[in-house]
Parts: sequence; structure tokens; C-alpha cells
Amino acid sequence: MTLSSFMSRKDLIGFAILAAVIFLILPSILDSFRLNLFGKYLTYAFVAVGLALCWGAGGILSLGQGVFFGLGGYCMAMFLKLEASTPENTSIQSTPGIPDFMDWNQLTELPVWWQPFYSLTFAMFAVVAVPVVFAFIIGFAMFTRRVGGVYFAIITQAFAAILTILIIGQQGYTGGVNGITDLRTLLGWDIRTDEAKTTLYFVNGALLFVVLFIAQYVRKSKLGRLLIAMRDQEDRVRFSGYNVANFKIFIFCLGAAFAGIGGAMFTLQVGFMSPTLVGIVPSIEMVIFCAVGGRLSILGAVYGALLVNWAKTTFSEAFPELWLLGLGGLFIAVVMFFPNGLAGVWSEKIEPRLLAMLGKPKTHDAKAGATSPAGAPAE
Amino acid sequence: MFADYSWPELGAIFAMQGFAGLILFSVFVLMALGLAIIFGQMGVINMAHGEFMILGAYVTYLVSNLFADYMPALFSGYFFLAMVLAFLASGALGLLVEWGMIRHLYKRPLDTLLATWGLSLILQQIYRSVFGAREVGVSIPDWMMGSLPITDLIEVPINGIFVMILAVSISLGVYALMFKSNWGRQVRAINQNRVMAGAVGINTEWTDRLTFGIGCGVAGVAGSAFTMIGSTGPTAGQLYIVDTFLVVVFGGAASLLGTLASAFSISQAQSIMEFFLSGSMAKVLTLLVVVGILMIRPQGLFAMKLRK
Amino acid sequence: MSERFILSVESLEVSFDGFKAVNDLSFYVEPNECRVIIGPNGAGKTTVLDLICGRTKATSGSVKFKDKELLSMREDQIVHAGVGRKFQTPSVYEDLTVSENLELSYPKGHGVFGALMFQRDDPVKARINEIAETIFLDDQLDEKAAFLSHGQKQWLEIGMLLIQDPELLMLDEPVAGMSVAERKKTAELLNRIIQDRSVIVIEHDMGFVADIATRVTVMHQGQTLSEGSMERVQNDPKVIEVYLGH
Repeated sequence: MTLSSFMSRKDLIGFAILAAVIFLILPSILDSFRLNLFGKYLTYAFVAVGLALCWGAGGILSLGQGVFFGLGGYCMAMFLKLEASTPENTSIQSTPGIPDFMDWNQLTELPVWWQPFYSLTFAMFAVVAVPVVFAFIIGFAMFTRRVGGVYFAIITQAFAAILTILIIGQQGYTGGVNGITDLRTLLGWDIRTDEAKTTLYFVNGALLFVVLFIAQYVRKSKLGRLLIAMRDQEDRVRFSGYNVANFKIFIFCLGAAFAGIGGAMFTLQVGFMSPTLVGIVPSIEMVIFCAVGGRLSILGAVYGALLVNWAKTTFSEAFPELWLLGLGGLFIAVVMFFPNGLAGVWSEKIEPRLLAMLGKPKTHDAKAGATSPAGAPAE
Repeated sequence: MFADYSWPELGAIFAMQGFAGLILFSVFVLMALGLAIIFGQMGVINMAHGEFMILGAYVTYLVSNLFADYMPALFSGYFFLAMVLAFLASGALGLLVEWGMIRHLYKRPLDTLLATWGLSLILQQIYRSVFGAREVGVSIPDWMMGSLPITDLIEVPINGIFVMILAVSISLGVYALMFKSNWGRQVRAINQNRVMAGAVGINTEWTDRLTFGIGCGVAGVAGSAFTMIGSTGPTAGQLYIVDTFLVVVFGGAASLLGTLASAFSISQAQSIMEFFLSGSMAKVLTLLVVVGILMIRPQGLFAMKLRK
Repeated sequence: MSERFILSVESLEVSFDGFKAVNDLSFYVEPNECRVIIGPNGAGKTTVLDLICGRTKATSGSVKFKDKELLSMREDQIVHAGVGRKFQTPSVYEDLTVSENLELSYPKGHGVFGALMFQRDDPVKARINEIAETIFLDDQLDEKAAFLSHGQKQWLEIGMLLIQDPELLMLDEPVAGMSVAERKKTAELLNRIIQDRSVIVIEHDMGFVADIATRVTVMHQGQTLSEGSMERVQNDPKVIEVYLGH
């Protein structure tokens, strides 16, 4: 596609502002501790962007993105854990050279399926491949049978529950409920120092932009338009000659890939991975990041992830009771009063007034799928 | 695994796990019935269903304390009053929620899902603030404690039998309501053709509200029953919500008989497996099998009517 | 037999909960024919189109299009085989512009990667413009489909079919809800596009039917009541009774 069809001037401004916020503004006003927190929030943004494609454009609500986030995260954690469990570091264990939790659970050697994770290349490949394979299997089984909507959402939720129970139950192999912790170095580079975390913040930001460009490409391509058509009039699209299942599988897998990358970056940024990021509760929280930011906007999804997580950290420290009430209220408010999220509020309420004040005519934008009354979007 | 036990022992194990499974089945049934009414008949996903159940449990707790403090002589009968109050409390909350939130979201099932999740968070927090974060135990009247020995090896807990009887009677009651009563007919009419139902004079608004209320009320009664097998806490509702949804979906949401059959098979499978595998693996395996079957047969295993 | 007919419907049957909407229906369409299906409401006309294009699953029977059995194919596969269907109520993509609607229907880039890589290059643009002219919408290319008039939406839908270049075109009440002027234009349009393909039309407007029909099939209660030229059918006593008797 041409450069102008890839990114309109409005899009370009949006991307530029986000870049400024992430790479210039936040680092200059935050200390290294809080910047590290925002680095964590950025990893959630990967999932939110995936959901903006999958759910916002494609109409596929997945309540199990934690599964993919976790799978990617665990792959990276396994690599880092093996690196940290050298015989010297683990000399006090009964079996040196294996991760500590395996030793505690009386395992005497590394399970076969852990072995490939000695290699960073393999781990990086697995971070994307494992979630995508899972997503493909689930997607293929469901979409070719035309299962969608609420049924699909519940089944993804069931998978989130299944994986959590499995991870917690298999302590010896997965670290159980504590997860995989005490990660130290990535190919010798210590990831626990402040400098490392700051570097990782910028790496996260850069990687997020790569993901955003991919998402933008998909949105602007014919496939992007097709997703929206399928979301609103699935049957009609079949009669235009499209095998709808294939497209749903594709976008679901893409969302899974993004989530997996986010999970891996989370492991690096925060230094551990645990089942608390895999289950039903974190998965549905990831949906609210996207919903608050604006499910129809990939940039909005990023802002949503940053904002909601910042609010969560701020409020749950100061007013823990209020936070849960607030989060619950947020779900309800977004659904009932601003379904297109903050991005929707911006484009429907603020931007037209801004343009009017600046004296510019309203743009008759064939905005992909954003129906104007902010109370009746499609599912 | 199986080789450790003799045949009569295995039989007894299966039987007792079977009974344990029956109690689980009863809880599933009570929760799933309420959900099936709401989801199967109205297409509404209520992710706060567990919290409606817990409300019933908390009401039972309050009633039991009330009787223990003020009317100890009548304590053995308190449970029946508690169930009625649980039904009314959860039902009333259901009416309120339908009026305030659900009725605006009927055409948007995915959004209802998210909004009711938000409601569940709010309710959990309210329970935490009012009743405390710790779990509360409900004292059972004397006649419900203990077990009935059926044979030498098999003993059945009395409260379990009580819960099962409860589940069966409520199922029959719901069945009668849905298929024999005026209200049930109206609900089915609306389900099939809302516009026409309205045109022939059915007050669709109130029927919807009542349906949702009754579904929540049944969940409240489930909560009462639940107090006998688990402790009640603000997050206890979350324990069963995924199972309950799977039970409803697996049973082919539109069919009450399917719901019963599905609740039975899932609870039995899990219960029997629990004895031989660790608790978590039994759960994982059961869920995997259910989801696996759903992936192959999305309309549910027991869908009675197959359209198109 | 199969070379003679482009579409062979044999013993087609579908029943919904015991009610036979289409009952042992057979008819044959020749290449380049314009077959009009008429009949009272509830005769099963739209259901026949639904069965052929894959929207509804038949209970038994066979539908062969150029020797390919359509009943075992998916909707999109049927489209690729060369069968296009226009729905009774215009179903266009309301949120997309006229040219985007046409572009989506363009017969290229139907796979996932095809759709990702699809470029709106010159051949595509040319074809879109060509079709837009044919359907009287060349001035509305950047207009959102939602803002078109009812008649224009019907034309857009016909355009979306045309751009696929189907060998068999099935139209369900193409002039329903149109003004007299629009009907005239539509008749013109249809007469033009009928030239190179076979068409099945469901219609009620007898004047319109007489204008375009090669042969007419009258359906009643899921079966063929009468078949032949317009005159033959109009004078068939069975047909007269069904239309006037009830």
C-alpha cells in the first residue's frame, strides 16, 4: 500500500504524540522506580493492541488473553531461569544445575521439555510460536464450526482457568503458585539493576511501536476492512466469497502473538512470571485496558493500558477498597456510557469541538466501524 | 491406581464418590438452573451470578445467627426460612440490576458479559466491607449433621441428601413454572419472537425483569445450599462460575433437561476422578474434556433440539 | 444432460421442524437464460435461492451447477464456482463507501494473505469505475453506503455481484421498493447484464417479468406449479386459480 494509505496525517500525529509520551515525556518526569512500573504497563499494552484488532475490529471477544501472555512469559522465564541456575549458583541444592523449585520438589534432573530452553533463539521463537499454536488450535476448532460471540468468550475463559490450575498443580515443573522467580541475567546482562530496567523500558517502547506498525498495516489493508465487515455482517461476507473462519483464526492468532511477546517482555521487565497473570481475572482486566482506551483504536488501547494500570497501582495502595469498586464501576461505565472508550470520547466529542474552535471543517471520515451514536456499537 | 483396592472397596469408593458427586451435582444444578433461565431463555450472560448465590449464603448466615441468638428453640427449622429469604433477597437484587443495567444491554451479549463482571467486582467488595474479608461459617441444625450408613462401607452425609432433595424439588418447580405457568409461556413467547409477543399484549419489560429476578432468586437458594458444603466468603462466588457456565453451555443452553444431564455428568466425572488423581488434575481433566467436546460439538452434548 | 443445463435442481427438499418449505422441487436452467420464478407469498421462492447459494442446508436433493454439486459446498466456495446471489433486502456494507464495497467484492485477494497484500492498483480501480458506471453510481464512489437511497443500495448490491462476474446470477426481488423511474433504469441494467450470463430472478411485478423473462417457473407450496413462456404460464388455469382463488 502507499504511504498515505498506510498512515493518514491524523494517524501520523497520533503515533507521534504517543512516541513523545513514551520516549520523551514519561522518562523525563518519572524516577527510575516509576519508570519501571510504566515499563510493566507497556507490556500489558501489547495485549491491549492485540485485543483492539481481535475484538474491536474483528468482534471476537477473548477472555483468555492471559493464557497467551502467560505462555510467552513462561517461555522467556524458562530461558532466564536456566541461565540463572548454573551449577555454581545452585551449588547448595541437592541437585545443582536445575531450577530451585525443581529441587524443592525432589526432581533430580531437568525434564526433557525444558532442555530446548537453554537456547535464547529457541526461547524467542517459542515466545511467539507457542501462543500462536494454541490460538490456532482453539480458533480452528471454534471458528470453522461458526462458534463465536458469548460461547467463544466462555470457552476462552475456561482455558484460562485450565491453564492456571495446571500450572499451579504441577509445581515441580512450573514453579507452582509462586511462579518462576529469581531471574538474574539475560546472556550475562544483569536485568535486575535500575539501569537495566530503564533500558528495558525503552526496549519495550520500541517493540511496542513495531507491533503498532504491524497492527496499523493490518487495519489499513483489505483484511482490516474485511474484519470490520465480518464483525458487523458476517454472513454477508461469506457471500462475497470469503471463508470467514480463516480470517478469524488469523486475527486471533495475531492477537495471541502480540500477547505472547508482551508476556515475555513482562518477564524481562519485572523479573518473574507467575500464574496470577494467566487466569480469568487478569485476562478480563486486559480486556478492560482495551475497552477503556477504546477498542476501535490501537493507539487508544495503549493509553488505556497505561492509564488503567497507573490508576490501579495508585489507588490500590491508597484506597484498596475503593479500587475494586472503581474497577467494577469502570467496566459498567465503559460498557454503558462510553463503549468506544477514551478514543471514542476523543473522536466523537472532543475532536469535533477542537476543530470547530480552530475553524477547520469537520472531516467526513469513513471511520472504520465507529458508528456515531456512542451507545450502539456492534459486538 | 485401581489395583490397590478390592472389588467391594472399589464399588464403595465409586458409590461414595458418586454421592459426593451428587452433592456437587446438586450445587451445580441449583446454580446452573438460575443461569440457564437467564442465559438460555434470555440470552443474557450474568457473570455476577456467583455473587447472587453468595448473597443467599450470607442471608442464610444472618438468619442462622438471628435464630441462634434470639430464637434458639426454633433453630432446627431456621433453614427453611433462610432459603425463602435468600430467594427473596437475591431475587430483589436481581430485579434492581435488571432495571438499572441489564435492560439497556439486551442486544449486546458481549457487553452484558463485561458489565456484569464489573457488577461482580462491586458486589464482592461490598460483601468484603459489610461481612469482612474472612470466610464465615454457617452452623447447621443438629438434624442435618452426620451421615446415614447405607451399607457397611457406604455412608451418606445427611446434609448432602437434603441438598439433593432441594435441587430436585427446585428443578421440578422451575420446570413447572417454565412449561405450565402463564409466566413461563410468556417468557418462551418473548424468546421466540419478542416483537410479536409485545404486539399481543405481553409486557415484555416486566417479564424480562421477573425472569432475571427469578433466575437470581434460584441462585440465592443455591447459596443457601452452598453453605452446607463450603464456607462463605466474598470471593466464594468465583469458585464455581466457570463450571456453571460450562454446565449450561455443555447442556445446550436452551434445554432444562440438558442442563440437568450436563450438571450430572460433569459433577460425577470430576468427583470420581478426584479420588484417583490429585484434586487439581481431576479438575483440569474434567474441564479439558468438557471444552474438548464443546469444540467438536458446539451446541452442547445434550442439545435436545437441533436447528438447521 | 449436464452440458445442456447450467443449473440442474433435482428433487430439492428442505423441511423446518416438519414443515416442508421446498418439496421435491426440480427445474433446469439453460445457459444465457433468464428464468423468472413467481408465485404467491410463502411458496418457497426465496428458500430455493437460499438453498442454492448455501445459506440454508437442504434436507435432500441435488443442485448441480456446471456439474459441480453445490449442496456440499460452503457459501464462499459456491461464490467462487460462479454463482452470485442478491438478497431481498439490500445487504451492503453500510459503514464502507461505495468503492470500498465494490473493492471487497473484487474477485482477488480472497485468502488471508491475499487480503493482506491486496493493492488497489490500476486494474482494480478501473474495474471499480467501470462497474460503478454500469450501476449508475459513478458519482457516489466516496459516499458511505449507509447514505444511499434504497434503490441505490439495490444497485450497489447488483454491482457487488457484477464485479465478481458470476456465470449464474440470482436476484431476489431486485426492484422491490423502487420508484417507477428507478424500475425503468433497473430493467435497462438487468437487460444489459443478462446478455452474458444466466439469471434467475424472483419478482412480483408482472410487467417487469414480461420484460425480461425467457421462461417463467411458477411455484406454489414448495413445488413447481407451472413452467414455460410468460404467455403459457399466464393462461394456465392452475396458475390463475392459485393467484385468484385464494
